[in-house]
Amino acid sequence: MSAGRMPLRVTVNGCPRTVEVYPMARLLDVLRDELGLPGTKEGCGEGECGACSVIMDGQLVNSCLVPAIQAQGADLRTIEGLAEGGSLNRLQRAFVACNGAQCGFCTPGMVMAAVDLLRRSPGPDEAEVRAGLAGNICRCTGYGKILDAVRQAAGPEERP
Amino acid sequence: MRADVPPCAVEVPGSLREALELLHAEPGRWRPLAGGTDLMVPFAAGRLGDTRFLSLHRLDELRAIEADPEGITFGALVTYTQVRAHPQVRLHLPNLVSSAQVTGAVAIQNRGTLGGNLANGSPAADTPPSLLAYAARVELTGSGGSRWVEYADFHTGYKRNLLAPDELLTRIRVPLPGPGFHFYRKVGTRAAQAVAKVCLAAFARVEDGRVREFRVGLGSLAPVPLRARSVEAAILGRALDDLPLAAAREALQADISPIDDIRSSAGYRRTVAGNVLVRALTGLAAWNVAG
Repeated sequence: MSAGRMPLRVTVNGCPRTVEVYPMARLLDVLRDELGLPGTKEGCGEGECGACSVIMDGQLVNSCLVPAIQAQGADLRTIEGLAEGGSLNRLQRAFVACNGAQCGFCTPGMVMAAVDLLRRSPGPDEAEVRAGLAGNICRCTGYGKILDAVRQAAGPEERP
Repeated sequence: MRADVPPCAVEVPGSLREALELLHAEPGRWRPLAGGTDLMVPFAAGRLGDTRFLSLHRLDELRAIEADPEGITFGALVTYTQVRAHPQVRLHLPNLVSSAQVTGAVAIQNRGTLGGNLANGSPAADTPPSLLAYAARVELTGSGGSRWVEYADFHTGYKRNLLAPDELLTRIRVPLPGPGFHFYRKVGTRAAQAVAKVCLAAFARVEDGRVREFRVGLGSLAPVPLRARSVEAAILGRALDDLPLAAAREALQADISPIDDIRSSAGYRRTVAGNVLVRALTGLAAWNVAG
């Protein structure tokens, strides 16, 4: 039985890491405080808002609801892992181009949910886009520009 | 919201047998933890106090959906995402698929489990009305063996159930309903992420224009998810072209005991539950086997 800290071994954005954490620590806190990845945000902390969304073993999860012990050995992907060689990826560029962020707090979760959606469904219809982002809440504004960004990223590749 | 969470004990059994032995050794001292989508909220807020968790995430024997000619059996750790994707579930149990679709959103559906949804015991949970309408049974397993009980008998009071302190809910069995009328409606603040204000699921089997089998499951309308027994009695045996809508609506009011809370009022719930029931019965009246 583990009551004290335990070694947590995970692969984060392709890099194997080991940190000492309490078994019931929230994955959200492990990412931000132990792994030094504060891109993932805490909104509600109750699984309502999606700001803390990350991809764990290929599935979108709310990292505020995942106890560290259930992430033992997991492959994790966070917002910090999307850019390639210092350049934003296509989805990130689409959020910028479409002004799909206002204060930006919900943006990492929105982008991760969109990454998950486009992996499951590369050419989503309108209903799929809305369902894919239904667990992510923005409190600044409407969702039009966010949806535009996802549609643009899912559409034909723009030419430079 | 995060409070200062005390370091707390967690055990991770590698098999069901090991989990049951731990429960048997110290019955009542462990809190089973499945996907965490319910328990992590009060835990992280410091509301669970000194808790010892039994994390079930390594019990792969409880993750399968198995279909046979008579029914479909769900391991307790089957997620909503699995329910939504399974072809046999989609074909035979559309209400259950609807329940899974309206539970949280994608991230919750990937982690939350069917067994957790039942054992957590929220009267507002989204899958119980469908499981009630489909006459599901649940398997409760202790170190001495398993017993199957009707799901309709499982909840004995608010957040109370038939599980003994050394038992786990291990499987859910749904008999194939066969050709019939399926209805599911959850009323919440929005389509995703909402906790239900009112939820109603129904299944009817019709022969020669008469209702030969009829079950209604309700959520958010009583301290537990429950069958609308008076409504069922009012409809059973009636001809589709002569369904007593007003009497059924009246009967429903006797079956339910809604409360005022943060999400809704008792009065709203009574009115809307009646409206949803009438919508279900109107759909049933217009339904025929060929359709």
